[in-house]
Amino acid sequence: MFIDSSESRDRFGFGFIFSSEWDPVKEEFGALPFIYGTILSSIIALIISLPVSIGVAVFLSEIVHKSVKTPVSFLIEILAAIPSIIYGFWGIYVLAPFMRTTVQPMLQSVFGFLPFFKGQMFGTGLLTASVILAIMITPIISSITRDILNAIPVSQREAAYALGATKWEAIKMALLNARSGILGGSVLGLGRAIGETMAVTMVIGNKAQIKASLFEPAYSMASVIANEFAEASGSMHISSLIEIGLILFGVTFVINSLARLLIYSVTRNAS
Amino acid sequence: MKQNTLKLSKPVNLTRRKVTNSVMISLCVIAGVITILPLLYIFFYTTKSGISSLNPDFFTQLPKPVGETGGGMANAITGSLILIGIGGLIGIPVGVLSGIYISEYSGNITSTVVKFITDILSGVPSIVIGIFAYGIIVLPMQRFSALAGGFALGILMIPTVTKVTEEMLRLIPQSLREASLALGVSRWKTTLRIVLTTASSGIVTGILLATARAAGETAPLLFTSFGNSFWQTNIDEPMAALPLQIFAYAISPYEDWHRQAWAGAFVLIFLVFTVNLLVRYVTRKKY
Amino acid sequence: MEIQETEDIVTEDTDETDKISGRESKTAIQTKKLSVYFNDRPAIEDISLKIKRNTVTAIIGPSGCGKSTFLRSLNLMHDMTPKARVYGEILIQNEDITEFNAVDVRKKVGMVFQKPNPFPTMTIYENAVSGLKLNGKTKKSELDEIAEKNLKYAGLWEEVKDRLKTPAMSLSGGQQQRLCIARTIAVRPDIILMDEPTSALDPISTSKIEELIYNFKNHYTIVIVTHNMQQAARISDLTAFFYLGKLIEYSKTRRMFTNPKEKLTEAYVTGKFG
Ligand SMILES: Nc1ncnc2c1ncn2[C@@H]1O[C@H](COP(=O)(O)OP(=O)(O)OP(=O)(O)O)[C@@H](O)[C@H]1O
Ligand SMILES: [Mg+2]
Repeated sequence: MFIDSSESRDRFGFGFIFSSEWDPVKEEFGALPFIYGTILSSIIALIISLPVSIGVAVFLSEIVHKSVKTPVSFLIEILAAIPSIIYGFWGIYVLAPFMRTTVQPMLQSVFGFLPFFKGQMFGTGLLTASVILAIMITPIISSITRDILNAIPVSQREAAYALGATKWEAIKMALLNARSGILGGSVLGLGRAIGETMAVTMVIGNKAQIKASLFEPAYSMASVIANEFAEASGSMHISSLIEIGLILFGVTFVINSLARLLIYSVTRNAS
Repeated sequence: MKQNTLKLSKPVNLTRRKVTNSVMISLCVIAGVITILPLLYIFFYTTKSGISSLNPDFFTQLPKPVGETGGGMANAITGSLILIGIGGLIGIPVGVLSGIYISEYSGNITSTVVKFITDILSGVPSIVIGIFAYGIIVLPMQRFSALAGGFALGILMIPTVTKVTEEMLRLIPQSLREASLALGVSRWKTTLRIVLTTASSGIVTGILLATARAAGETAPLLFTSFGNSFWQTNIDEPMAALPLQIFAYAISPYEDWHRQAWAGAFVLIFLVFTVNLLVRYVTRKKY
Repeated sequence: MEIQETEDIVTEDTDETDKISGRESKTAIQTKKLSVYFNDRPAIEDISLKIKRNTVTAIIGPSGCGKSTFLRSLNLMHDMTPKARVYGEILIQNEDITEFNAVDVRKKVGMVFQKPNPFPTMTIYENAVSGLKLNGKTKKSELDEIAEKNLKYAGLWEEVKDRLKTPAMSLSGGQQQRLCIARTIAVRPDIILMDEPTSALDPISTSKIEELIYNFKNHYTIVIVTHNMQQAARISDLTAFFYLGKLIEYSKTRRMFTNPKEKLTEAYVTGKFG
């Protein structure tokens, strides 16, 4: 990949990352809008997913009885196994209309003074992509969090109860102890979101632009590769797409290594 | 755990603590519910929209040209089977062997490196794997082909298969290995004939899991296998695949194609669900 | 049960050679300054002892004193543990075992484990001949004969002859352990190492296995680790007492239990600690 992208690297250098021009016809290629779309959609996805994931993990490990726990964990496993093309498909025909008619108008009426929630509502766009991604990474983060919570000895919890803590206070303490593991899980989820292709491609709007409003269409690194690679016009175009792939690989590599390190260190401490 | 000291909230009002408690617990329950909700929704929506279009034609007919209704995805289903077959030929042996290596020969540097590589590979976006397959097979061959698609799927299967193999082998008690070695059986024979055989049902389910996942992969096929609206079984040529066809139909403007795409989506979800159920069943009763 | 004096034990002449390389000797096992370290921590240190052919030697001592470690060094089982280091010499029939392939050594030195561990995917019959089958012997008629013979030796034949094709895991714990013994002797070892072979079994199964050990003496050299002092007294000719990784005393069993040389041994066998 490094070799195959040499043409675009030679031509654009580091400017590739900072240029927001993307015009296959004029052979002007800059990756900024894609990097922006990828990072922003993934981070918003994480912001949405994290509290929910922790909630689910607590729900599964501390609150419910085994008879509920088993089927619910199974369903969450399935959630992680559904092909992303199906998420995308569902995203176009169910989630996007729902966002346009319900969620986005609601956000606009409450937070409309913020630039993020201004402007036209298309349904598809950055925010919708983030929501889909949030659904997709919740199983990852919640299962790691749950495993860590399960690893905390019962005696510790009982000690907390014995001192008169409420259930939530005991859980809060457990969560605080588990924080670096949860961080590891979140980073892993973030890596997954950044690399996710089909679902994002289908709902993000596919427009290489950087706009403040989250309702606007955007583009991601993976999506532009998915959309343009097979029909790329000329070797410079291909080479630029491969370079984007290389950046994508680099980013996910760093993020995943970080996540592994965090998770390894937690599991080592626990055992 | 280092932090055994308990930091309880300062003597605040007891009722307030109790209220916080109930609020937070309810929030967790709500989180559980809203996670399951999209799943059930996707599941029922796909079933509702897909099952009505699931007829014999879907499995036996080729796609009809734009404008005509009817037709099916026979070529895409066959294509997917061929692609998974190629993927399996690459992913299963490599995955099982690295799993064996990591579990049975742990402790040395190479096995740690193999483990690290598989961990990293499992985090590489599938579209990047697609580019890799493109560079290795499509570029030299000068055309899109099922071979390139299958290769990409194979690489994607490796980490899952490796992980499951490793986990299943670790479940085999050490005493079983020692029993065999103590009979004067060599180490590799012990691994192959005792350890692997004993773990085989678990490994098979893992392979099924990896296969089901590969069956739904779309991104790495876009510019390797590429898709094809005709009947094609030659692995040198571009080939249709179920997820590719679903993608093409889903973003098309035709109602009839959407209908068929839902049917395809239903087939995929059904596959995923069945395989996961099976895996649950098998891994639960053992050991 | 009568305890024999070691001097009285006459080595029977067998027409088979039982050395790894083919020659014979009266000493079955000899260790010279044998030490084993795990992660640079010693588990046993400087163990030197001789074990005569066709005797039963018991190894006793408190938990963690290195009994299993000693036993497992005799069939090179520590090869499997990367963090284990073995120093000193081990001679089997006067030959240094490190000069041989571990696989060949283990064919001559069989091992029975604390917990019965038949191969769970195999039937009773397959377990009985597993050592031979795994090493490439496949002639059905021969295997049938061997299976029957060794199951008989192990005193299991009558109980299982009608269900040889059922899974080995369907047997009781005691039966499983006898199956493991049958499996071990089918490979025709000269030495059998047993690491607490009865500690997971009920008294009746235990007595059956003790009986086997007693009868096996004519054919095999047996080294058995046990926590049960009565058992050591009942079945062994010699006893070695280990403490904190050191060999404290090694003498005839009768003497060990009636008139030990060392204070420490006396304290242990009379149950003052341990
Ligand atoms: N695989 C291993 N890794 C690290 N240390 C070990 C290992 N095996 C044994 N040890 C250590 O070596 C020492 C001797 O252990 P060993 O198992 O030989 O004791 P033992 O006399 O058989 O005890 P027991 O009667 O409980 O079976 C112990 O301190 C033990 O912790
Ligand atoms: Mg022991």
